Parts: sequence; structure tokens; C-alpha cells
Amino acid sequence: MKIKASNLLILIAILIYVLLKVAIATEFISEYLEQIILYTIIVIVVSLGLNLIYGYTGQFSLGHAAFYGIGAYSSAIICKILNIEDIYHFVPIIIISGVVSGFVGYLIGIPVLRLKDDFLAIATLGFGVLIRVFLDNSDRISDLLGGSRGFVGIPKITNLEITFFTVLILILLTINLINSRYGLFLKTIKSDELATSSLGIDVAKMKLLAFVSGCFLAGVGGSLYAHLYTFLHPSNFDILKSIDFLVIVIIGGMGSISGTVIASILWVGLIEGLRNFLPTEWMDFRWVIIPVLLIITMMLKPEGLFVKRSVR
Amino acid sequence: METTAYILQQIVNGIQLGSVYAIIALGYTMVYGVLRLINFAHGDVFMLGAFFVFYLINKFNFPLVTAVILTVCGTAIVAYLIEKIAYKPLRNAPKISLLITAVGVSLFLEYTLSLNIFFTPNYIAFPRPFEVKSYDFFVFSVTNIHIFIFLSTILSLLLLYFLIYKTKQGKAMRAISHDQQTAALMGINIDNIISFTFLIGGALAGLGGILYSIAYPQINVFMGVMPGIKSFVAAVLGGIGVIHGAVLGGFIIGLAEVFVSAFLSSTLRDGVIFLLLFIFLLLRPNGLFGKRIEKV
Repeated sequence: MKIKASNLLILIAILIYVLLKVAIATEFISEYLEQIILYTIIVIVVSLGLNLIYGYTGQFSLGHAAFYGIGAYSSAIICKILNIEDIYHFVPIIIISGVVSGFVGYLIGIPVLRLKDDFLAIATLGFGVLIRVFLDNSDRISDLLGGSRGFVGIPKITNLEITFFTVLILILLTINLINSRYGLFLKTIKSDELATSSLGIDVAKMKLLAFVSGCFLAGVGGSLYAHLYTFLHPSNFDILKSIDFLVIVIIGGMGSISGTVIASILWVGLIEGLRNFLPTEWMDFRWVIIPVLLIITMMLKPEGLFVKRSVR
Repeated sequence: METTAYILQQIVNGIQLGSVYAIIALGYTMVYGVLRLINFAHGDVFMLGAFFVFYLINKFNFPLVTAVILTVCGTAIVAYLIEKIAYKPLRNAPKISLLITAVGVSLFLEYTLSLNIFFTPNYIAFPRPFEVKSYDFFVFSVTNIHIFIFLSTILSLLLLYFLIYKTKQGKAMRAISHDQQTAALMGINIDNIISFTFLIGGALAGLGGILYSIAYPQINVFMGVMPGIKSFVAAVLGGIGVIHGAVLGGFIIGLAEVFVSAFLSSTLRDGVIFLLLFIFLLLRPNGLFGKRIEKV
């Protein structure tokens, strides 16, 4: 009997979930570790969004963290205003936050996706700075947002179930998208935009599809993040954060979902692990080592570490 | 009358800031011309310029002129080494790999130098290397720093013009920016010219760093990030690859920034500049002087 790949994936996922649940119930995993695990899952979904935009479609974005931030802030605002503190009302909020991010991505994507490569990079970087400036000044709009002091007092709702299953469903949906006709279109755009449009494929529309879906995933991740840590600060969504996700996508391999998952786990594990085992002075070395890693990866395996070299 | 004086004063300040942006933008636009790369590390070479001159003047007691010359040579060598070590192995790699490497180099320089064994992440006050003299013109005043910075920019623009349009090296640079492969077939040594471009770009960034740290007398390892990005925006505004475009773009950005700080709010200035970039990329993606009608 042959099991379908997606069924196998669900099986494995449920197994992991049960293991995690047991580990938490028996207090094998501390509350701190649980928080890190949830954060890892959030990082997976946000990186998956960037992988869709950059890894599959080849649209280089340096402003991914901005969409993550938009999701986080919109989720926090909605929950604050509507006084939502329970998990059942939270589910639609997650989707709405994703949609808000996706919608902003749509508005930005229409003009910006006309640009290519480095101009696209500088435009998305500019958008990232714009959002950062907006968030820093957000207390002028409403005191609730906190501006550069940060958004405080967000209800803690995110738990293992909601994070795990939301992300699982989104990963399955992404896999479906990638394996569909549209996924193929995205990959052809990455290999050759001109040839793709000559086949009668609407390149602009397909790019927008990838961009909006990627922003949606980032927004969902942001929403989960906001209600996990209950505190948001504009500096959590700046360019360095965008580079975090970029590193994950690059190291995990462009256009590889399993690679993104592994790289996210390694990334968060590495950073949080180092925080626990090394003295604080060593933490300063983090951003010395990461760029070197990035440069070496680019020189030796520009397609990513966990991916087989694609046929050119 | 009050407001006119205030506006005139802001224009003077804007030109000062714009001059620095213009000088950095020149380096960006040259490197982009030959390599088609946004050299993100350019802002960090600018930062190194500020640090070099600071250490030379305040720790080793060099006179200003010697310190400036040594700094400019130093940053030129740094830019040269960056190209040789990080960018050259990727000459035939996809463009994006090069861009990511540039981001990596930039982060590496910033965070390595922010370690406590090097420059530390703190702000360091930079005492002015010469006396500030102020000259009053009717309603606004101009300091010798304003003049020094403005003249340095104009002088480097003229020198660069001479270099690019009157020398053989400049001709080769223009040829490469037109078509790298054909240029190579015409017997131009691409690698040498690219290295040469990085030397000039590094020298300009170093000079920019010196001017910036004299105008705004404090230095920090992350000081190059925002001026770097804004100068690139300036280069895009003027039409990337166009020398006088970069200078004009620099002045536009400098004036915009000063005016937003003066009349709106200083926290909004970065936002306004990137809004400007957005508008430009949409309406005139080739910039003010960009000639190439390319479908972007």
C-alpha cells in the first residue's frame, strides 16, 4: 500500500503535535521552551511566505518583515478594540490580519512588482523603512499603538493548537499552490520572465499572486506572534528582521518547503540555543558569523544549502 | 521676514546635507554603472572614512590635511579589498547572489566593528578639527563648514567629470557600463577597470564620511546605514549611472530631509524620502536624467 505524500506529511505532523503536547503536559518542556517552539513555528510560516515570493517566483524582497509587522499590529489592534481574549474569536482575527497584510501587499505589489532585481530590492527596502517610520510615529494616530514606546498589553491567546494547526494548514495550502498550474507558472517566471509571457501567461498577475500570498502568510505569522509575546515594538519589524527571513530562505534553499522548515528550526534553535549556553558577550558575535555564512553560501551554493542544484 | 530667513537658513543646511549625499551617491552610481550592483557596503566604507579621520586626528594627532589624504587612500583600499574578496568570485553568478553578498558584507563590517574590541557600538563625539566661523549674509548665516563641504563636493564632481570623460580609464568605464562583453572584446581589462572604479568609489565614500562627521560631529558604526540608503535613493532619483544626476539627486534628498525636519517632524523625514523614491520609481523609473528607455 502506498501512502500519498501529503497524507504522510499530515501523519508526521500529527505525531509531532502529540509528542509536543505530551512533552508539555508532563512538563518535560518548560514554558520558556514552549514559547520558543511556538515562535519557531511562526518563523516557519513567515519564511514560507518569503520563499513563495523570492524562492519560487524570484522576486527579491527586502521588506518582508514589514508585512509581518502589519499583520501583528492589525491583529493586536482588532483584539484590543473588540476585547477578544478567547481562542474561538481569535481564529477569524488571524485570517483578517493575514488578509490586511495581503491587501497592503496587493496595493504595494501592483506598482512595485514592475521593478526587477535590485530596484525591487531597494523599493521593498524603502517600503520596510516607511512602515518602520509609520509604526514609530503611530502614537500620533492613537495612543493605543504606542509609537516608539511599543504596543503593550496585548492579550495572550496564541497556544500550541492554534499555532500548530494554522501553520500546518497553510503549509498544505502552499504545497497545493506550488503543485498546481499556478505554481508551475511561478517557477517559470523565476527561470525566464520573457519566455513565460510569450507562453501567454500573465506575468504581472502571477507575480502579484505570489507576492500577495507571501504577504498573507507573513500577516498570519505576525498575528500569532503578537498574541504570543503580548508586546510589539517597531524595531521587531525592521530591515534586520527581513534579513533574518531572507537568510532562512536562502539557507533552506530557494523553492524548498522542507528546507524552509528545517532552516527555521535550525535558525531559531541556533539563536536561542546560543543565548542559553554562551555568555552574553558572545551574542555580539552572532551578526558577525551570520553575514559570513551568508557570503560563503552565496559563493558555494547559491541555490541554498538543503536543495539539490536545479536543472538550468 | 522671519520665515523667509528661516527658509533660507534651511536651504543652506539642506545644501550641506545634500552635498554629502551627493558625494556618496557618486560612488554608488559609478559602481552601479560598471557592475550593475547596489553596493550596500558603500555606506559602511563611508562610516570607515569617518572613523579613520577621527582616529588619525584625535588619537595620532595628524594635521587635518594629512589625515584627510590618508583617510581617502585608506577607504579606497578598503573598497578595493571588498570587491576583490567578496564580489569578484561572483562575477558570473546571478545578480541576486551578488546583491545578497553586498548585504552580507555590509552587515559584517557593521557588526564586526561594533564589537568592543574594535570601535564599540556607542556614539563617539568628534571634536571639530577647525574653528567654526560664521558669516552673516543679510538674514541667514553660512559657516565655513558649509562652504568647505559644498566646495569639496563641487571639486570632486569636476574631478570625476574629468576622469570619466577625458581619460582613457574613464572611457573604459563608460564602455563597460554600456556593454561589458563587447568592452572585453575591445581589449578592455574588465577586472582592472572594476577595481579602479571601486578605488574611486571608496575614496569618494571616505571623503563623504569625513565631511559628514565634520558637519554632524558624532560618529557611530551604524552611521553609514541610512545615509548610504538615502544616497542610493539620490542616485536613483538622478538617474542611476549619470554623474550629474547623482549630485542633483543628492541635493534634492538633502533639501527634502532638512525641510521635512524643519517644518513637519524629524521622525518623519526617512518616511518622506522613501515616499519620494516610490513616486519616482513609479513615474520615472529611469530617474531625472536616465536616458535609457528600458522596460523595468
